[in-house]
Amino acid sequence: MEQLNNIGASLDFYIFVSIALFSIGAIGVLTRKNMIVLLMCIELMLNAVNLLLVTFSTFFGNGEAQIFVFFIIVVAAAEATIGLSILIMAYRNSKSIDIEMFNKLNG
Amino acid sequence: MISVILGSLTIASGLMVVLSKHPIRSVIYLVITFFFISAMYILMNAQFLAIVNMIVYAGAIMVLFLFVLMLLNLNKEMEPETTRMSLFTAVIAGGTLFLVMITALRDTFQYGKGYVQVPVQDAGLVEQLGKLLFSKYLVPFEISSILFIAAMVGAVLLAKREKQIID
Amino acid sequence: MGKDLLLLTLISLPLIGAAINGVFGKRMPKFFVGTLATLMVFTSFLLGLTLFRGLDKTTIVHLFQVAKFDDFTLDANFQLDSLSIWMTLIITGIGSLIHLFSMGYMSHDEGYHKFFTYLNLFIFSMLLLVLGSNYFVLFFGWEGVGICSYLLIGFHYNDAEKGIANSLAARKAFIMNRIGDVGLLFALFMMLNKFHTLEFVEIGKMITASPELYTGIACAITLCLFLAATGKSAQIPLFTWLPDAMAGPTPVSALIHAATMVTAGIYLIVRSNFLFELAPTTKDIILVIGIATTVVAAFIAMRQNDIKKVLAYSTVSQLGLMFVALGMGAYTVALFHVTTHAFFKALLFLGSGSVIHAMSDEQDIRKMGGLSKLTPITHITFLIGTLAIAGFPFLSGFFSKDEILAHAWMSSPVIYGFLMIAVTMTAIYMFRLYFLVFHGSFRGGEKLKSHVHESGLSMTIPLMVLAVLSVFGGILNLPGIVFHNAGHWMSHFLESTTYGLNQIETEHMDGNQSIILMCIASVVALSVMTWAYITYVKKQAVAKEDADMNAWEKLSSNKLYIDELYQTIFVQPILWLSTTLASQFEQRVLNNGIFRLTSAIEASGNYTRKWQSGFLSSYLFWMVMGIIGFISYYIIKSTFWN
Repeated sequence: MEQLNNIGASLDFYIFVSIALFSIGAIGVLTRKNMIVLLMCIELMLNAVNLLLVTFSTFFGNGEAQIFVFFIIVVAAAEATIGLSILIMAYRNSKSIDIEMFNKLNG
Repeated sequence: MISVILGSLTIASGLMVVLSKHPIRSVIYLVITFFFISAMYILMNAQFLAIVNMIVYAGAIMVLFLFVLMLLNLNKEMEPETTRMSLFTAVIAGGTLFLVMITALRDTFQYGKGYVQVPVQDAGLVEQLGKLLFSKYLVPFEISSILFIAAMVGAVLLAKREKQIID
Repeated sequence: MGKDLLLLTLISLPLIGAAINGVFGKRMPKFFVGTLATLMVFTSFLLGLTLFRGLDKTTIVHLFQVAKFDDFTLDANFQLDSLSIWMTLIITGIGSLIHLFSMGYMSHDEGYHKFFTYLNLFIFSMLLLVLGSNYFVLFFGWEGVGICSYLLIGFHYNDAEKGIANSLAARKAFIMNRIGDVGLLFALFMMLNKFHTLEFVEIGKMITASPELYTGIACAITLCLFLAATGKSAQIPLFTWLPDAMAGPTPVSALIHAATMVTAGIYLIVRSNFLFELAPTTKDIILVIGIATTVVAAFIAMRQNDIKKVLAYSTVSQLGLMFVALGMGAYTVALFHVTTHAFFKALLFLGSGSVIHAMSDEQDIRKMGGLSKLTPITHITFLIGTLAIAGFPFLSGFFSKDEILAHAWMSSPVIYGFLMIAVTMTAIYMFRLYFLVFHGSFRGGEKLKSHVHESGLSMTIPLMVLAVLSVFGGILNLPGIVFHNAGHWMSHFLESTTYGLNQIETEHMDGNQSIILMCIASVVALSVMTWAYITYVKKQAVAKEDADMNAWEKLSSNKLYIDELYQTIFVQPILWLSTTLASQFEQRVLNNGIFRLTSAIEASGNYTRKWQSGFLSSYLFWMVMGIIGFISYYIIKSTFWN
């Protein structure tokens, strides 16, 4: 008898969860004015994508998508580091972490 | 059933990340979200990623966020206000995005009638991923270390305490 | 060294000289600049001599491919044959003498290094012109000498006394030459279209293989080539630039506007002889234009009072004579006259330069006189040049003119008659010039007289060398009555390896007729000389003031009003057109149409730039909107069009 593994829920549900997380992240990016929270929302969106990748990887039994997730984590770590250090420098200069304060590049 | 509960909790804590006023709380909720996501990875037999997600995201990155928050020592007055109008448009935009993406993936749902039964395979185990990572994806793996060096140097250079004038 | 390397060295030496002087000349001592430039050209001359001695057959040297098209290629090739090497010897030989002369003549000039840069560049371009083995390289050289000529005519572009007159003269030369260049360009296009190559030898072979195929196109091509030649070699109707070109420094007039560049047109026609042999109509046109030019220019030269203008019109007249020879198909004779003319006209120009130098830049012959004692070497050499151009027996000009006259006599007595008129007038204006400058009493006032001095060695040595060449230059191509073996040496040499020339049968005259014609020419020259001596030395006649002239003299003095004619016919209407366009068209169409368009664009830009608010969240909002739009598009597409 073929051994089967119940992944616990339907594929629809995982897709639904990951899209919901992604949209929540997007709403966060659009609403929040705090730059740190902004960065966190971006991390949330990245994780939503990771979740979708892992779901499909399991579904199709292909491990290469998980390698992709691994590299996404790597890039996210680098991105968070750089983003936070830019944030610190910006804060030092303007004593604010309000994203609306940084509109010097307007037309 | 357990995955439905997990998924609901994930979405709930993700919402709290956005909704909570104080950044520290946002961080805590985000860490919780990551834990839930890691739990889902374990359910899907992707143990390696579950571990990595916990160590790197919940462990390293979120600690970095917390660290920065403490470093800046923000008080309540400095928290920027979210206007009603921007909240409204953002929710409209995000909701539309959600609906549109669900619609785009509607063809996929024909696979997902009922519970999905997949053959037991060990694609997500450390051994399999390690073999892949150190054979086929060796070069990207090594190059990612260069990315880290660049990020590290950049971070040090940017955050160096020196009079830097932006405006 | 192999021949090809030798040839390339020969061509590149002047370019190297120009580069060094152009870049470092300002910081180097004057003596070094001049010596370097002169040595470069002189070394080229020596290399040319080596090649000349070793010449046995036509050699093509391939340097590199410039461009490759579907059915033809453009190559930088050089051709070594008797014609090109002969022109090279003239250019570098006369060129190095004139460089030497310039070292003395330009010694007080600020733009000393600039002058030698341009001169070396000119020599390089001229070598490209005569050594190229196809019309493409020739065209490059052609334009190169054009630009050098322009730069050198306008050399003193901010002259304190004359203002922008020099620049205007340069501009005139440039525009006139461009009119001719259009002809050359069209000829090139037609040749590419018909022959799919620009190599002289290949075109020649195609034509020789089946001449009947190409008679029609040959006529069109040759007419275009001749238009180019009239521009460069100052023939009617494009000759008015050459007298104005005398605004340049005198060595330039000697090198470019007498000895070398203006003979490029003749070279072009000799080089394309196989085409011209197919087009008798063009040859007749050349003949008529040549005769008209030589007579008209000689007529104008008789009453000019500027020493350089006389020589300039004389050059035009002599070039006309060469074109007459070309029109009769006597290519080698034309080149013989090119050679001797290069000798004596360079000598005359350098002599006049020496006179001008001595007279502190005075060019009016009415203020000169009696210079024979003050500048003895210039006087003797100038006399030799005058005798040579006037056709005094047994000097170089005598033999070369006699060849042309003999061919004219053989083809038609009418042509001979016209040419004799021109030759007589040549003798008249040259002796008038000579006697007015060097004999009689000094008319420039005592103050000027005290300044007059003989020029230095660097100026007199070229004069002496050129004088010797002017005397003995005729030996190159003796008529062959007396010395049968030595006769027509140059014609035979040129015919030996030049493509096309070696297939044309050259007629040579029999002894008796030839001797009679020579005697007539000698008698004319001698009688004119006597008449001029009596008029200008015994009677002390000086060039008249404008008021005393009769109608003919006025006509000559005012250059037949040709400049005024061109001004009325061409320049005024174009000026009227441009001023009208500027005031009407520009105001109405440009201001109201285009400026309104620009202000509309500016306004729209002003409006849309506000979209870039600088707020990150608004950008993100539009980005999300864009994503939604994209996905919706694909959803709709896959739903309804599948």
